[in-house]
Amino acid sequence: MFTAPASRPPVSPKETTLPQKSIILLLTPALLVVVTLFGGGLVIGFFQALGYQPGIEEQSLSLQHFITTLTDPDFTTSLGLTLYIALTSTLISAIASILLAVAINHWAANNKIIHFILQIPLAAPHLVIGISMILLIAPSGFIARLCSFLFAVDVQNTFPILVNDKWSVGILLVYIWKEIPFITFMLLTVLKNMGNELLEAGASLGATKLQRFFSITFPIIRLSLGASCCIVFAFTFGAFEIPYLLGQTYPQTLPVWAYMNFSDIDLKARPEGVALGIIIAVIVISTVLLSEYLTRTPNRNR
Amino acid sequence: MKKTNSAQYTIFVLVLFTIIVPFIPLILWSLSEQWFYPAALPQKFGLRAWNYIFSTAGEQIIRGLVASFSVALTTSILSLFIGYPAGRALGLYNFKGKKFIALLLLLPIVVPPLSTSMGLHLWFLHLNLTEHFLGVVLVHLTFCLPYSIYVISGVFSDFNPDFEAQARSLGATSWQVFVRVTLPMTLPGVTVAALFAFLLSWSQYLSTLIIGGGKILTLPILLFSLMDGGDRPVASAISLIFICPVFVVLAASAQSLGRQGLRGIR
Repeated sequence: MFTAPASRPPVSPKETTLPQKSIILLLTPALLVVVTLFGGGLVIGFFQALGYQPGIEEQSLSLQHFITTLTDPDFTTSLGLTLYIALTSTLISAIASILLAVAINHWAANNKIIHFILQIPLAAPHLVIGISMILLIAPSGFIARLCSFLFAVDVQNTFPILVNDKWSVGILLVYIWKEIPFITFMLLTVLKNMGNELLEAGASLGATKLQRFFSITFPIIRLSLGASCCIVFAFTFGAFEIPYLLGQTYPQTLPVWAYMNFSDIDLKARPEGVALGIIIAVIVISTVLLSEYLTRTPNRNR
Repeated sequence: MKKTNSAQYTIFVLVLFTIIVPFIPLILWSLSEQWFYPAALPQKFGLRAWNYIFSTAGEQIIRGLVASFSVALTTSILSLFIGYPAGRALGLYNFKGKKFIALLLLLPIVVPPLSTSMGLHLWFLHLNLTEHFLGVVLVHLTFCLPYSIYVISGVFSDFNPDFEAQARSLGATSWQVFVRVTLPMTLPGVTVAALFAFLLSWSQYLSTLIIGGGKILTLPILLFSLMDGGDRPVASAISLIFICPVFVVLAASAQSLGRQGLRGIR
């Protein structure tokens, strides 16, 4: 899934080699940092979730906190909500991105302004968009005000609840707004390298537009689409800010629930929060490994 | 050709509109002094929120800006220095166990900061790094570094090492090769890597909160407490300040990448 963002075919010969020693030298600093901070964080978290407490002589480690968390009836509800948000936003973003990428590639491949403004959502902090979404779609938000103005009736009571709501509409909107450009750029890279020859060949053989899409374009963008969807899913599954800001008080997504436990005044809740954090990490890592396995091709270097 | 133009125009308007929409309420709210429901526009425009930010709460906001900026700057510089060699190794060479190492180095991009921060908190507590600038930098480094490696390895997979060989055959030392050949050739991509590592750290909320413990008051932390406080004009104005670097970074990276653009960068 982590293919390099190569915009043109790589010029470097892939058989380039360097003495093993030099490679190790190049990689060591980064490996040290990642293993210590990332690995260390997860491992210490895992032990904390097993009940490890620093400064106590006799440690009794057990899976108790994991069991309590996993068998809590709220866990299934929370997992369901988190999966619903992650899957829905990934699916809608993916479909919109395919349409947008194909359209841009077909009609506006060289329009620099579109490419530039599409980068804004990519780089905008989630927090800001979350706040503006509240100001936009809350029952007293900008859209409700505009509706009241346009239809000359107070819509406050009839306006659908889109923030802190059952269907997490606000959360989904923020994620979709943020993630469409990401998937679109990943697809555009592949579409540009594909060129028009195949599509022209298909057209000259009498394939309809739909046939050309499903038997030429889609197979070519499939890997890149899968990889970017996997990243979007992993992100939306584990993100905290947006569901915290725009979600219901109950049920909460797994990350929000985890942090609530972690920061609870009752310190006994903390190991359960950490256990939830580890469970989230396991789910995300499994998704990545699974997609890596499913999209692997025999001759890929990376 | 006419059809292409109108289609291009439609896409352009659609994209532009969708992207601009979230900024409209922010701008309106930050400029409103009185905006009772259900008026479509503020009844009274004014600069109360901006005045408040720059005078009454000025000191707090400036401190937030400085905290956010120094954390993000330190994190992105560290990410760059540590990530550059690793990015080269992954982008340019084949070696045993490359797939595994690439996966290990890049996994922190997708694993949520929440999971690692909670474990690191206990450890940093021991090392006296919680509620400390360095602790926050280290927790941001956990995912900013892998991100830089990802971008830089992309830069190096487009890099042709023959240029280095030529410089060496002309008698250049390793240092000269690096300064005169490798660095200038990879600089645009590396700048982008640094800028985006900066943004990634700049936007962080939860990991800063967990490790900083409310003592390292970066802008996102201030913003969250303002949203809880319910002062919409001020929260909107700070949101706009908070998003400023995004435009600076995008303009700078468009400049530095030229026509190549920013594909595949997140």
